[in-house]
Order: sequence, then C-alpha cells, then structure tokens
Amino acid sequence: MAEDLDRTDVGTVRVKRGMAEQLKGGVIMDVVTPEQARIAEDAGAVAVMALERVPADIRAQGGIARMSDPDMVQGIIDAVSIPVMAKARIGHFVEAQVLQALGVDYIDESEVLTPADEAHHIDKHAFTVPFVCGATDLGEALRRISEGAAMIRSKGEAGTGNVVEATRHMRALRAGIRRLATLDETELFVAAKELRAPHDLVTEVARLGKLPVVLFTAGGIATPADAAMMMQLGAEGVFVGSGIFKSGDPAQRAAAIVQATTFHDDPDVIAKVSRGLGEPMVGIDVETLPQSERYASRGW
Amino acid sequence: MREPTDPPVVGVLALQGDVREHVAALRAGGAEAVAVRRPGELAAVDGIVLPGGESTTMATLAARWGLLEPLRDAVRAGLPAYGSCAGMILLADRLLDAPPGQRTVGGLDVTVRRNAFGRQVDSFETRVELDGLAGGPLHAVFIRAPWVEEAGPGVQVLGRVVGGAADGRIVAVRQGDVVATSFHPELTGDRRVHALFVDIVRRHLADAERGEP
Repeated sequence: MAEDLDRTDVGTVRVKRGMAEQLKGGVIMDVVTPEQARIAEDAGAVAVMALERVPADIRAQGGIARMSDPDMVQGIIDAVSIPVMAKARIGHFVEAQVLQALGVDYIDESEVLTPADEAHHIDKHAFTVPFVCGATDLGEALRRISEGAAMIRSKGEAGTGNVVEATRHMRALRAGIRRLATLDETELFVAAKELRAPHDLVTEVARLGKLPVVLFTAGGIATPADAAMMMQLGAEGVFVGSGIFKSGDPAQRAAAIVQATTFHDDPDVIAKVSRGLGEPMVGIDVETLPQSERYASRGW
Repeated sequence: MREPTDPPVVGVLALQGDVREHVAALRAGGAEAVAVRRPGELAAVDGIVLPGGESTTMATLAARWGLLEPLRDAVRAGLPAYGSCAGMILLADRLLDAPPGQRTVGGLDVTVRRNAFGRQVDSFETRVELDGLAGGPLHAVFIRAPWVEEAGPGVQVLGRVVGGAADGRIVAVRQGDVVATSFHPELTGDRRVHALFVDIVRRHLADAERGEP
C-alpha cells in the first residue's frame, strides 16, 4: 500500500509489469553488435535484445547456446538510450544473476538458448530485474506468470523466418483466454486443473479477459505483414530476431516493421512500407525440422 | 455544435506506449478519449496526452508520419498537453542524455534528463505530494524515469521527490496549460492527475468560447 512506501521500493510487481506496459505497440529487435543496436534505435525499436548469435545462426552452428559475453552486453548497453534485454538459459538462475548485475533492463528466460534445468524454470520473484518468458498456450503462460514473469511472448519457432508457429501460439493463447471468460466459478476450478495453473491467476484472466501482464509475439516474424498480422491476432507488440539483420537491408526493414506494428490495422500503410525492402531472410519450413531442433518444445 | 455540457475530447498520441491506460484514466476523469496517430486526428482534439513509452520511438514515428510539426505548432498555439515519463521528455524544450539529434515536441521551458534515476533495476514506487492537488500524496510509479534538471522562470514546480539519493529532484511541472510528470499516474487507480488535466482542457475551451486567450 502507498502508506508503506519509501524511496527504496524497487523491483515491485507494478514496476516490473509497468515496464512492459511502456513497450506496448513497439518492436524489440535482436542485435549482436553496438552498431546493430544503434541501427535498431534509429529505426524506432522500443528495446534491443543483446545476443552473441541470432537464432538463425544458433541453428546453423549448433552446439550449446548460452548467455552472451558480459563485455558484449555491456557494449550494447553503452551504445543506446533505449532499454536493453538479454537472454538467460531456462532454469539458469546464475546467468540471470549476472545479467541483473550488468544492469540489463529485462531478462528473457529463453528456449532459444539450451535449457540448463530439465524441471525448473528460474524463480523470477527473487529478482529485481523483470523477466519475459515464452509460451505456446495459456497454461504455459500462467505457469510462467506464477513464477514471476512480468511479460509473456509467444514462442513461435525462432530462427526460421516462418510465422506459422507464432500464429498457432497467439491463436491458442487467445482462444484459451476467451474460453475462460465463458466459465462459471465452479468450472474455473476444473479449468485451473486442466491448465495446470494456479486458480487465482485463472480467475483473474477470466475476469480481465486478458493476461494480467503484457503479451508480445515472437518466433519467425520476418516481414511488416507478419508483424501486423500478429498485432491483429492480439499481440501487444513484436519481437523480431533473425528477421532484420539476416535480411538484405536491415535498416529499412527494421523501420518498415516498426511502422507496420504501429499502423497494423491500416493495409495502405503496410503496403507502402513493404515496398522495395530487398531480400527477406531465407526461411525454414518448420515441418522439416526434427523434434530435437524445435525450440518451442523446450520449457513446460 | 459543442454544448457546454459535452465532455471535452482529449487525444492520446497512439504511436506506441501505454495508450490504453491513459484512455481509461481520461474517461474516468470525464473526457471523451480518442487515439491520435495522424495529423487529421490531432486537429479534432481539445487537448493531447503524450503517454509513457519510448520517447525515441514516438519521436521517430511522429517525424516520419508528419505529426511532429503539427504537434509542435498545436502546443505552441496553446493546445493543452499532458505528458507522463516519455511524454515529459517529448514536451521538454531541452534534453540531457539523449541520442544525438533526438527531436521533441517542446512547449515546456525545462531541461529534462532521460533515464535520470537509472536503469530498470532502479525503477521504484514512492509517494509524491503535488502542489494544488487535494486528497494527499500520489502513489507514483517511476520506470526508467526522467527528471527536470532545470525549470525556466515561467514554469511552476508541482512536485519533487522526497528522501533518498534523488531528494528534491523535480518530477512534476506545469507551464500554462502544459503539464508533465516523470511518473505514471495511469498505472495506478488514482485518477486525480488526469482529472486535473481534463479540468485544464475544460477551462481552456470555456476561455476560448468567451474569446479570451
């Protein structure tokens, strides 16, 4: 309560979730160098995700994908005035401690990196820095929120340039939320059991008609039209990973995706910004990926 | 024709940011709230809110879509404006710690320092007493917030941080019909700042109808 507050009240739920509210309607871009971070900022990105390799390269090169080198994260923090996010492995709470100590503004506990724990996600309540987590459906989103995630994104299938999985996850999340709104109090107890999610969160979603945190989309967005479609499907903002800096003209494509996100309901604008963008990233058909290479199945 | 009893129409710059929260707070404060993304939409409002979000993103999009100059002209010509956080940055005449070339709408004779309280791990909640606001201190949410480093002679300081390392820093100002806060009243249930702004818009409309400046 307000009466108990003093200057040192940092890392509250409101401050963590409120930070994500400020990113709404915006685009968060994967960058691997300070130069790319500045291109993203100039194009109108609301934040950057500091990474050593974009997901498409993680796929191509294989091996264990880990938190980025602190020097690399620091270089990007120093290069831009917009928020800087960074990824920690699922369950790797010490990577998260390191990223918090570096001063990153948000941590993505990400399936794009190789999971460090097969049973447990990070206890995100224990941190001052807020977390975003991926989800494929409503139950997974609510489990992450109960662990302290202050923002949710669809998982999609990162590094493919193929939006089909992000579409599936956004539709599943939305359908799950709509269904809860039709249930009575008794049925919500069963729904919580089926969703494997806490009953109080399930009740809150049923009452609000939305998640109690901001919902972005991620995983395969490569074009302005992809971004606008995700917004029309109910995303409140967009993560673009490999789609920008694996394309022919990153600065122009970045600016186009930012504009298509703001004017997602205006096909004339989307048509205008989609012209002359050059080559998009080369895509991968998700159906051809063996199960072991599908990042969306990491986490639970 | 507008009837004196009609609610004022207040626009919220909807290029990016916590637009929905401002719209809800303005409606609770007695205004008709509409989203503004184009110059034509700006021309139809009695007041404008610049929301929380990323000021660089909003300035970039506003410039690209021909909204920055109309916004600047409208605020200079007396359109009531309220900015929270990024909105305060956009209303400032001068910026510190901004990327080179970041443009603003301006209208407030202040120098604003971006991310003045630090990064997200330093974001905080506290109570702030606002000059002229009845009902006790506000619950104020500061997120990567700016502060007013220097205020010109025509600027009224409405609120300051009390205690801690930032003790005494200016976080709420008013100059004529332009108001700005470093913090986000739209993220709390307290609608008093938005009601104050809607009241400023109402008075501005009434004065305009009487033919007064």
